[in-house]
Amino acid sequence: MKVVKIIAVVLLVAFVGIQFIPTTRNQSDMVPETDFMLVNNVPENIQNKLQVSCYDCHSNNTQYPWYNKVQPVAWFLEDHIKEGKAELNFNEWDSLSTRRKTSKLRSIIKQIENGEMPLDSYTFIHRDAKFSEAEAEEIINWVTQLKNSL
Amino acid sequence: MKKLKMSIATMLLLAVSFINAQEKEKMKMDHKMDHGKMMDMNSVAKAEAILNDYFSLKNALVADDTKKAAQEGTKLVASLKAFDTSSYTKEQQEELVDIIEDATEHAEHIAESAIDHQREHFKTLSKDITDMVAITGTKNTLYQQFCPMYDKGSAWLSTNNEIRNPYYGSRMLKCGKVQKTIQ
Repeated sequence: MKVVKIIAVVLLVAFVGIQFIPTTRNQSDMVPETDFMLVNNVPENIQNKLQVSCYDCHSNNTQYPWYNKVQPVAWFLEDHIKEGKAELNFNEWDSLSTRRKTSKLRSIIKQIENGEMPLDSYTFIHRDAKFSEAEAEEIINWVTQLKNSL
Repeated sequence: MKKLKMSIATMLLLAVSFINAQEKEKMKMDHKMDHGKMMDMNSVAKAEAILNDYFSLKNALVADDTKKAAQEGTKLVASLKAFDTSSYTKEQQEELVDIIEDATEHAEHIAESAIDHQREHFKTLSKDITDMVAITGTKNTLYQQFCPMYDKGSAWLSTNNEIRNPYYGSRMLKCGKVQKTIQ
């Protein structure tokens, strides 16, 4: 019984302790000129879907949920956002060459087609980020069109 | 008299060191020129190294061997990074840098994905490598082959004119045709 108590206290102290470790927050007031929405003529419904389902991890501005402030959740999110932005940052879209854009659009199509994006761990909490079958099809069609026009 | 001797000696010393310095400069120039030639040879060899890794990767996909394909993907990342564009014209350099950047990303994904995903990336990678060869050329005869079924039609490169399909492997080994011969 005593051992359990000690473990519980150690865990509690550790949990409180890690709350003081700072994390970098992915937030910015400015939308750069190279943003995907600014350089492409994106229909409003598709704009909304991309914003809600993709921009949290694939842009310079994340709409953080309240629990982001609790560790170790914050680390988990930070990691995902870092990785997501390295793969694709919608804010920096127009700085890519035509070859790179085509390549990225192809990957976007494949990821949505295969149901790999948005991530399950993300849509589990962000229910509105999930694509219905019709929505996925609509987005894929539009992105394909954009890819063919490059 | 002593003064005169001293100044002659000084002049001589100066002359010797000037000549020496000039010689050295010349040698350096020669060396540089050699180096320039070597770079040319190097970039050709490095383009061939990229191609070799690409073909090993293609063969692994033909054999449905995910693990081998991943390893070849890692090798390809290294040979892409080692590529030196400095012996090409400015325009070619720009395009090559763009191609290498794109190809590297696809090779990286191939190094860490399951086979379906590897094949998706192999499609774009093949386009990049084909565009690279159009600039760098190659000492071997290559065949651009095409499968109309995979993802609305997909091409790849091979050193052999017989079809071995990297997109389907054993499921449809001989699906495709030679589209173009590259020499």
